[in-house]
Amino acid sequence: MNAITKKKRRIALGCEGSANKLGIGVILHEGDLSSPSSTCTSRVLSNVRHTFVSPPGTGFLPKDTARHHRAFFVRVAKQALADAGVSAADIDCVCYTRGPGMGAPLTSVAVAARTLALLWGRDLVGVNHCVGHIEMGRAITGAEHPVVLYVSGGNTQVIAYAEQRYRIFGETLDIAVGNCLDRFARALAISNDPAPGYNIEQLAKQGGRVLLDLPYAVKGMDCSFSGILTRAEELAAQMKAGGKGPDGEPFTGADLCFSLQETVFAMLVEITERAMAHVGSSQVLIVGGVGCNERLQDMMGAMAADRGGSVYATDERFCIDNGIMIAHAGLLAYETGFRTLMEESTCTQRFRTDEVFVKWRR
Amino acid sequence: MAPTETHQFPPPKVLTYHHHQSSSSSPPPTLITQGAEGRLYKTTHLTRDRPCALKYRPPKPYRHPVLDARLTKARLASEAKVLERCRREGVSVPAVYAVDPAAGWMMMEWIEGVPVRVRINAWLGERCGEEDGEEGEEMDETPLVDLMKRVGEAVGALHRTGVVHGDLTTSNMMLRPPPPPPGQVNGREEEDNKAKVLEGEVVLIDFGLATQSMSDEDRAVDLYVLERAFASTHPRAERLFASVLASYRDAFKKASSVLVKLEDVRMRGRKRSMLG
Repeated sequence: MNAITKKKRRIALGCEGSANKLGIGVILHEGDLSSPSSTCTSRVLSNVRHTFVSPPGTGFLPKDTARHHRAFFVRVAKQALADAGVSAADIDCVCYTRGPGMGAPLTSVAVAARTLALLWGRDLVGVNHCVGHIEMGRAITGAEHPVVLYVSGGNTQVIAYAEQRYRIFGETLDIAVGNCLDRFARALAISNDPAPGYNIEQLAKQGGRVLLDLPYAVKGMDCSFSGILTRAEELAAQMKAGGKGPDGEPFTGADLCFSLQETVFAMLVEITERAMAHVGSSQVLIVGGVGCNERLQDMMGAMAADRGGSVYATDERFCIDNGIMIAHAGLLAYETGFRTLMEESTCTQRFRTDEVFVKWRR
Repeated sequence: MAPTETHQFPPPKVLTYHHHQSSSSSPPPTLITQGAEGRLYKTTHLTRDRPCALKYRPPKPYRHPVLDARLTKARLASEAKVLERCRREGVSVPAVYAVDPAAGWMMMEWIEGVPVRVRINAWLGERCGEEDGEEGEEMDETPLVDLMKRVGEAVGALHRTGVVHGDLTTSNMMLRPPPPPPGQVNGREEEDNKAKVLEGEVVLIDFGLATQSMSDEDRAVDLYVLERAFASTHPRAERLFASVLASYRDAFKKASSVLVKLEDVRMRGRKRSMLG
């Protein structure tokens, strides 16, 4: 079972499908595990993704998303192997997302991952989606000991590592920030292609004549977005009815996008700053789909610079859900001896970041 | 905490006025910390023999100026109001000397001592050094449990006055050392200090997110924030949090319904991995 620790080159395939992205990637870890002094390097061999995009004004439903993942899995997997230039024989383990996420899409991908593991006679490794994001962000940016802001359509958490766990310092008290943005996009029938958040970001660049008054909901290191969404939806309805802004002039959808971004991102930066002050860190790493937003990255950068630190962020290849992060985090666990037995290879919609025992870090 | 050392800021305008310039020059203000809320200076600006804490909320460069001005003004005004109310009701908090919400500053009583967080970790660290393994001999936890009780009492007293803190962490509680007994004999000092590391009065500070509220929900969230901060900052002492809640129950008559609500808040928190 510990043959893996003797290998100098270790390769994992990762399968992700917790939301509307189906991602499969192949990662290579090089280095001697048996000698504690040597450092291991990671290399992305391939990172293929296919996204289920629903029509404007709608969200992605679990059953449609699961159908998408089932339909595209073989195609995406073959592409990932071809891009990496490896065959099934080179793969040491098959990693998949155990959770958190939407039930039906998770299950579809887990079934496919089990099939590959049985077909190739390889071990399975179940991975926590959030830990995947964090480890990939650390690997890509080289951030050693950052406070992590994890922001996506399903999650909003401020995390810091302590004593073998990623501990959650703050999180949303209701919906995720990405969910707030996605649902607001529906109110204005903004396109979901490539992503609603991306289109809100572009539209916001045209707005900003006025800052519309939205609730600002921070409680300690936690925050809340559902009241803001309700108010933003009300303002969208007022706008369509020809309502006026605080300066007595009509406002636009772009002004609304601008105001929403300014408000929710200020909240996120504030709770991140509070966590940084609390743990005494000056590094911040942003991961998750909302982390691609350049306005959020800029605001976080201004805050970090003010504290004499810096912000680490990745681009859409690694921010948005992908298979490579599952492969990477899975392989890190696999190298410490972690396995997911076939009969235990379940998935779960609720899987907290701090439930994972992080054996691979000091 | 390194960035506070290496980073220089222009002091807020209020500290650059020179009232006493003709007669005496007061020493320059010292930047104590750059918290998330703003900067804290120690200054003898008001009177030379009485140090005071100046809290300054500088404009946040990342925040839209309209939003920034709105938040700064509202938060400072409410912070001063809440502190005054606590003071009146006998809760251990710093006294407010002066405040200018629009300019973003407030002058308060200087609290001697160190944050509870520092003392707990110092104590836990010392303990772990002495033990060999995880399951080594149990050390006497009485001083720590006793501190937990004082924390619970402080939070209970706060909630009794109709105030919720909004950001309860062990960083936002100071441990004010008891005044030194008169005529102390030197010699056993080192041993004394070790025993006294957890002694002192718990003083709640940083009311930047405090609100006036009597609702069980708000109070329960206050406790939940503390519980989580406690678990993430002192994982080795997590189980002792029960002592905080026990003394909270004793200190505050309406605690039982708050603690029932806390169960709800925890459950809500637990499933917060994925929603929508």
